[in-house]
Amino acid sequence: MKTLVYLVIGVIFGIIMYKSEAASWFRIYEMFEFGSFHMYGIIGSALAIGIVGTQIIKRNNIKALGGQDMALKPKAMSVPRYLIGGILFGLGWALAGACPGPMYVLAGAGFGSILLVIFGALVGTFIYGVLKNKLPH
Amino acid sequence: MEWITNPWPWYVSGPLIALIMFALLFVGKQFGMSSNLRTACSIGGAGKASDFFKFDWKKERWNLVVVLGAIIGGFLSANYLSNNTVEINPDVATKLETYGITSTGDAYLPTEIFGVESLSDPKILAVLLIGGFFVGFGSRYAGGCTSGHAISGLSNLQLPSLIAVIGFFIGGLIMINFIYPLIF
Repeated sequence: MKTLVYLVIGVIFGIIMYKSEAASWFRIYEMFEFGSFHMYGIIGSALAIGIVGTQIIKRNNIKALGGQDMALKPKAMSVPRYLIGGILFGLGWALAGACPGPMYVLAGAGFGSILLVIFGALVGTFIYGVLKNKLPH
Repeated sequence: MEWITNPWPWYVSGPLIALIMFALLFVGKQFGMSSNLRTACSIGGAGKASDFFKFDWKKERWNLVVVLGAIIGGFLSANYLSNNTVEINPDVATKLETYGITSTGDAYLPTEIFGVESLSDPKILAVLLIGGFFVGFGSRYAGGCTSGHAISGLSNLQLPSLIAVIGFFIGGLIMINFIYPLIF
């Protein structure tokens, strides 16, 4: 039953990514050119609702189904980790024109070339895992 | 049928993304797509190479189901819910023409990069593989991607997520302003 819930959430997420054009290389390029409000509107409106909702959850201590705490643990503070990691991610996001969620969506949409991007992402994740202890965090 | 195939405006899409995040919070999970890449490495046996991949990946199976759903969602959208073209700012489209990308307005992804015939071009192969590499490496280094940091983390007012998102834009702006002119 729970598996079905995750599947439905995933299907809806996939449709949102595709229909909003957030999965389109053109929209990502246009965003980095500051050529349209579209992507900023998507992220901004998601955030506005996300911030308000998250505050309501925290202030009222609303629990997840089954009574467990919601997954809202604070992240450990660091500057180099998030800044360097973020810059590297941004380079890839702008080059491939896709971030992890849309990659899967585009694979389903039938763009075979995206499999190379996903393969590259798996290799990148693997190399990070191997080098992790040598990198500044 | 245009109302079905038309793209969704930002004020529909953004709130729906927030709903996805809350739906996952209500079932006790956190919205984050890049962690699936780590899970996939673990399933593939990467634990032999690094302890980073030695974790109970079975606890992350739920997220792989979300990925499966996203794949299905992409299939449904491309085949039944979209005319698979994207209109962008004409000035940006003109700039793309100077890079040799002329499929703007005719395709969902630029055929010059994602078309099957482009796979015989070593430069395009490198763009796809290296782009993916940085997405995978960077998202794990930063501990999250657009969904985990820009949506979930910033919604929870996490300073680390703000630093990461600033990093995303520094990287993206370097790529399109300084590196694109060198490669396209």
